[in-house]
Order: sequence, then C-alpha cells, then structure tokens
Amino acid sequence: MVERKVEYSSIELLASVASRMLEDKKSVFVGTGLPMVAAMLAQKTHAPNLLIVFEAGGIGPLIPVLPISVGDSRTFWKAVAASSMHDSMSISQAGHLDYGFLGAAQIDMYGNINTTVIGPWEKPKVRLPGSGGANDVGSLCHRTIIIMRQEKRKFVEKVTFLTTPGYLTGPGAREKAGLPEGTGPYRVITQLGVYGFDESTKRMKLISVHPGVTVEDVKANTGFELLIPEAVTETQPPSREELEILRKEIDPTGMVLGH
Amino acid sequence: MEILEEGSGELLGWHDPDEMRRWVLQNKSRELKDKTMDVKEAVSRFVHDGDVIAIGGFGHVRIPMALIYEIIRQKKRNLALLAKTAVHDADMLIASGCVSKVEVAYCFGHELRGLSPASRRAVETGRCKVVAEISNAGFQWRFLAAMMGVPFIPTRVMLGTDTLKHSSAKVVRDPFTGKPICLLPACYPDVAIIHVHRCDVYGNAQIDGILVEDFELARAARRLIVTTEEIVDNERIRDEPWRTVIPFFTVDAVCEVPFGSHPCEMPRMYFSDEEHIAEWLRLSRTDEGVQQYLEKYVYGVDNFEDYLELVGGVKKLNYLKKVEMLKAPMKAPWAKR
Repeated sequence: MVERKVEYSSIELLASVASRMLEDKKSVFVGTGLPMVAAMLAQKTHAPNLLIVFEAGGIGPLIPVLPISVGDSRTFWKAVAASSMHDSMSISQAGHLDYGFLGAAQIDMYGNINTTVIGPWEKPKVRLPGSGGANDVGSLCHRTIIIMRQEKRKFVEKVTFLTTPGYLTGPGAREKAGLPEGTGPYRVITQLGVYGFDESTKRMKLISVHPGVTVEDVKANTGFELLIPEAVTETQPPSREELEILRKEIDPTGMVLGH
Repeated sequence: MEILEEGSGELLGWHDPDEMRRWVLQNKSRELKDKTMDVKEAVSRFVHDGDVIAIGGFGHVRIPMALIYEIIRQKKRNLALLAKTAVHDADMLIASGCVSKVEVAYCFGHELRGLSPASRRAVETGRCKVVAEISNAGFQWRFLAAMMGVPFIPTRVMLGTDTLKHSSAKVVRDPFTGKPICLLPACYPDVAIIHVHRCDVYGNAQIDGILVEDFELARAARRLIVTTEEIVDNERIRDEPWRTVIPFFTVDAVCEVPFGSHPCEMPRMYFSDEEHIAEWLRLSRTDEGVQQYLEKYVYGVDNFEDYLELVGGVKKLNYLKKVEMLKAPMKAPWAKR
C-alpha cells in the first residue's frame, strides 16, 4: 500500500513545529492564538505534564477547547490554580517559567519585537494593541519562542518601536539593562523556517527550512543579514495524528487554523 | 538612588501616599451601610468628566458592561482610560467619544478576533491620544503599589525598551544589587468599575475563578462601583470570609445586574456572545455604523433588562450558559476562513 501524502496548511505546520519545542515537565507562559494552539497540542501529544501558565491567572489547566482570550474560563479549566495576574507575573519574575510564547508584528536580528505601532508613535500609521503581557514574558521567562509571519517588512533591520526585549543591541545588553540573567529569545518560527540565535553574536540564524522552502526564499523574505550555517536541515512536517488533534479537538471552529 | 533613565509618558493617577491617606480618611467610610443603587445613579454620582478610570476583569472576561453602556448614555467626556488589557469595554468607550486619552498595556484589539476598527480609527486620526505605554505586569504592579500605600514598586520588566521610554516609569540603580531596576509609580484611579459573581448590600464581594488584578485595583481606586450578578445576604459572606476578594470599605456603590457582563463572558455562568461581538466588529468599521449600533443597543434602551431582551432574551442567554459549560459548541462568526 502506498502511503498517502499528508496535506497540511502552513499554519498547521507552525503549530506542530512550535508544539514540539515544548518539553514535558517544563512550564510555559502562553499568549493568545497560535501559542495556545501549540501548547495544547504539546499537552495532548508528547508533553502531558506541560505546565501551562496564563497571565490573567490560569495556572496548570487541562484546556478543553481553544480559548479566545488568555483570560477566559478555558484558561483555568481543571487547572491547579485560578489565581491572579500578580501571581502569574511574580512567579515569572522569580524564575519559575521555562518558556514564554509570543507573537509579533515586527522582529529584528536580535529578536527585539514590535507589537505597539507602525509609523511614528506620536502619529501612528497603524496602531497595534501594545505590549500586553509580551514585554513581561520576553523579560522574565528563561527562553522566549516567537511565532510570526515572515515577510521583508516584518523581518526588519530596526523595529519601529521596541515593545519587547530580545537581545537589544547584542551580547550582554540585556544584563546591562537590568533584565534577568540568561534570558532572551530562543527560537523564531515562521511559515518558512525555524531560527535560533548565535551564541556569541546573539544574532538570528537559520536552523531549518520547511518542506518546499529554499534558503533563497528565506533570504528574500528577510530585511536584515541573517546568519546561514553550512548545514540547514528540513523541518519535520506535522504528523497525521497531530493534524487530527489540531482540527478535531483543538480548533474545530477554525478560529486560528482557519481550515 | 542614581536615576539612570526616565520614561516620558504622562503620569496618570499618581498621588503622594500621604495625600492619598488623607483622601481615604476623609472620603472612605468604615460604616456597614447599604450601598445598593441602580447603575444610573452609580454612574452619575461616581463617574465624572475627566476622571482617570480603570475597568476590572480582563479582555472579554467579567466586564461591567452595564456600567459601560450607562457611561456612554450619560455622555461622560474626557475620561483617561487605564487600558490594562481593555478590549470590548475600551473599544466602546473610545468609539462613543467618552475617552480622550489612554495609557496602554493592551488596547485597540479584540484578542483572537482581530484589531478594533473603531478605537484604532480614533487613535490614528488623533481623536483619542495614547499618553503612555506600559506592560500588563506593569499596570498590575502600579495598582499593587497604590494598594500598599507606597509611592512606587521595583520590577524587572520593561527594561531596555521603547515601552519604558514612553511609560511613566523610571530606572534607577538598585542599592542592594547594584543592577538597574525599573520603578513603577503607584496608580490610584479616580474611579474603578468591577463586575463580580456575588456581593452583599455593603459591598463585600466574591469572584469565582481568576481574579486578574481586581484584588489590587479595588484597593487602589479612590471610588469603586461594583456590579454583581446577584446580591447575597451578609451571612453568606461571613460563612466563608476567605472568599471575600473586595471588602466593603473600598466600595462606594453596589448595583445588582444579572448578565451584567454581556456580551462578555462571566466565568462558570455564561460565555461571551460572539454573534453580538461580531455585529459590533462589523458595524464599527465606519463611524456611521458605530452610531447605528449605539442608537440601537445603548441610547435606544432605558435599562439593561431591555437590552438583554433586544440581544436575544432568555433563549440567547440559555445558549450562552450552555456554551460556557461546554454543553454547546461556540460560534466564531468573525473567524477568518
């Protein structure tokens, strides 16, 4: 019997790649949208003991269906605690959160993020929602993972507004600014590939390209000089089981996945 | 302490802690007295033009919508909104012209549903001005400093960013570690409005589920209006005193408003009315649409009961109860397909 090719959308691929980065028995601070989908998928597959924390106070839920908000009642369904923002943010500041999971409108080579404004702050061309909890997550979690759409105008030389800190201006800059030691962006996941940060320069580097994507495609959609290593691997596509869970259990209405 | 950096954002709601203590002494009563009134009276007595206002709950969750509609109906003006993940409430207040400036942690968006057409238009055309940026933790800790009666609170967020540059915070060298640390100024809103699950006539309130930052906000605010799904006997509060989140002496008005969070969610009671929110998101794409919505659902009704009838009455509310308890599937008419 010939194995039928598994069809999936780029957003489903993103969710699957992101979920595999989350390890079992670790904690993750989750934002609205794809980060929630990825954390739920991880919890329903390889990481049943993933401790999910929401900024509004949901701690350790077994999320039944995709929440619309990081504060709705699904974020503390069968949770170990329905607490407060003071609690969620304080445990992050005290070092209990391994991973933070964010979206972004713009990012630069040091992983600095803009979710505040396009154009001048005083006279915005497009006003975006602002930090929300993003600055807190990016400041306080040990490792930050960013999921976003990659285009030249989003992968920029300089973010128009630095909402959430990446490595700021390079090595040592976070600690110099007073941010907790050893924190910072860990991975960036887009519809084209997966990126990490170079140990010594703290600059973004390509790790893998998704099936059907070339290194040239990646470069053409990046507005800054990306580090390209000799060996670039191909991202593992989502499995049939993952797709089934994503479509049937996590997001049957298509709120995020849009099927 | 050596000041390393100062944000240029407007300092909203700050008072010297001694001035605040005097204000509390003169204005907050420790008497157990009946504070029940209708939303009309509560808004006209305790919300004033130009007030710095904060709204309890989070996003579309546990929002005092009956008070929001009443503030719009009474045409309050020049409110300064502390937008601590303010979503539907902020969008409505900005769209209707009540709010002229905002300190933003999260505003102009509806989380998964997308951006807010009406309030974005207001800020992009200059009708409403963003006067400061902050983060969610930042706002919540500003309220914590206020409830503690101290001038500021040290934190490790916002450092190194434009969020800090446009905030009202300052960075100093911490005398203990020698590292830079962010000082967030206390924030005492002139008025806070919070919706709760149950409350007695004096204002002792219980909330089921996450508190978000309402514990801190209730104690930080100069004036506080509580709307409640139901009013319960004082004995019920005293039977389980550990469940009291908001104590009576912080509260100025208690209004009983069943379904008072609609179209937003009330945890373990009813889910958000996504069809209604979709209607708002569709209509609010134009100024005319905003007027049409307000005429129909706000100016066109006298009270919250009539409004509930208009949005679908008992049938709709029963459906929302089922969705909340996962007994009916939710709809997402705004979803991108």
